Amino acid sequence: MGTTRREFLILAATSLAVPEAARAQLDPNLAANRKAAFQEALRRIVGDAQVRRGRVKLQLPPLVDNGNSVPLSVAVESPMTETDHVRAIHVLTEKNPLPDVVSVRLGPRAGRATLSTRVRLADTQSVTAIAQMSDGSFWSDSAEVVVTLSACLEEGLI
Amino acid sequence: MSLRSALLFAASLLCAGAGAGEVPPSERRSGYDLMSRETRAIQDDDATNPGMLWVLDGEALWNRKAGAADRACTACHGDARTSMKGVAARYPGFDAALGRPVNLEQRVNFCRAERQKAPPLAFESRELLALTAYVARQSRGLPIRIAIDARSRPFLDAGREAFHRRQGQLNLACSQCHDDNWGRRLAGSVIPQAHPTGYPLYRLEWQGLGSLERRLRNCLIGIRAEPYAYGAPEFVDLELYLMWRANGMKIETPAVRP
Amino acid sequence: MARAVVTAPTRARRGEIVEVKTLAQHPMETGFRRTQTGELIPRDIIRRFTCTYNGTEVYRVDLHPAMSANPLIAFSTVATETGTLAFQWVGDNGYSVTETASISVE
Repeated sequence: MGTTRREFLILAATSLAVPEAARAQLDPNLAANRKAAFQEALRRIVGDAQVRRGRVKLQLPPLVDNGNSVPLSVAVESPMTETDHVRAIHVLTEKNPLPDVVSVRLGPRAGRATLSTRVRLADTQSVTAIAQMSDGSFWSDSAEVVVTLSACLEEGLI
Repeated sequence: MSLRSALLFAASLLCAGAGAGEVPPSERRSGYDLMSRETRAIQDDDATNPGMLWVLDGEALWNRKAGAADRACTACHGDARTSMKGVAARYPGFDAALGRPVNLEQRVNFCRAERQKAPPLAFESRELLALTAYVARQSRGLPIRIAIDARSRPFLDAGREAFHRRQGQLNLACSQCHDDNWGRRLAGSVIPQAHPTGYPLYRLEWQGLGSLERRLRNCLIGIRAEPYAYGAPEFVDLELYLMWRANGMKIETPAVRP
Repeated sequence: MARAVVTAPTRARRGEIVEVKTLAQHPMETGFRRTQTGELIPRDIIRRFTCTYNGTEVYRVDLHPAMSANPLIAFSTVATETGTLAFQWVGDNGYSVTETASISVE
């Protein structure tokens, strides 16, 4: 499973060539670009509408055991009736390579507007959950999560 | 537990002795205690524990005929819920024919070869993980009971010696972290006492189920030592020692760990 | 091979909100990982999960690479009538898995 000497030399040689993706990883604007992507994803979901804080409860552990699998749950206050319910729940991040995490479409048949799942977080960051109501309004909640790296990784590091 | 095995167990506690630095029974803590509330909840609920996907696969394999003998595990072992209860808690177990301890993975492959006339399952293959997860699941909640006698004593000693030996480029012994510094942090993670109570387990780092040997390989690579090959006698000796060191602790398979 | 597992009650009172927990076995390859020699491992994920209740969609999830491997999706639904909850996971490379659960509603 470890790197053979031959593979190591190939990897060393190719990384000197700095291919496109590697250059992206070294991008000094990485943080700014991802933040912009988050804003764009947010705009795609809500358009010009205002997003208000409240009614949404996003729960994540403040310090994760492992960034690969972070338990996440969202619950939105709503009577979930035909005339007053949650139409969609969206979860976004600011520092992952892609801002979208998951989107849920639901309605009165759900009974409660909730989602429990596990997500990947690339870095210590803020996670945002947005609820779209049947009346067209948007509500949100955010949670700060600290992500650290595992102590003993499987792959041998170069 | 039969009288015979109870006596053997009591004898093992007297003969094997607690080595210098080993965690006293009253202070033994599972890695479970170090996880966040949320991760513990994943393990506790069969409906959310991803390890159960492998356990269910294992159940299907247990019932499936295999090999030239065209027999399923059920042909000899019947319902695993009864026949396999307590088995994983006693492994690695001494194999008289081989004259040395073997782990559960090796035991499954011996059965396949001898009884089913089927080829062995590769270490860390989905099928072998599923079968061992299913078998070990039947011991969930039961205390680990490794009995040491005159035959297995040398192998326990070899495992203990390996645990206390400095190795690798970082020149670290397992005991330095897991006996002397458990509870303290290493690069953001809390160092566990390293009791293999839940194997094979779902490791969040792997995003999949893996065996104790896979985890030990991680450790060896982590201290920049040459990892042993899967199924190597050095590994099984170490597994024997680790399980013995965890005697009395409850099996948690399939556990979830960071 | 068990490709997905569903946990849901088999009986409920009419109007009761019941919890449904689903687990699908899938690596959810993000498309951002590289091999030891630097090659990009192509994206391979579950894209959509739907739950229908006697044919009517009651919950739908669009998954992105940030969803963990072996995804858990737990949600609730109102026990409206006796029948079948049908679950479908669809993803890249022709991935398609279905499971059903019967529910008896009095």
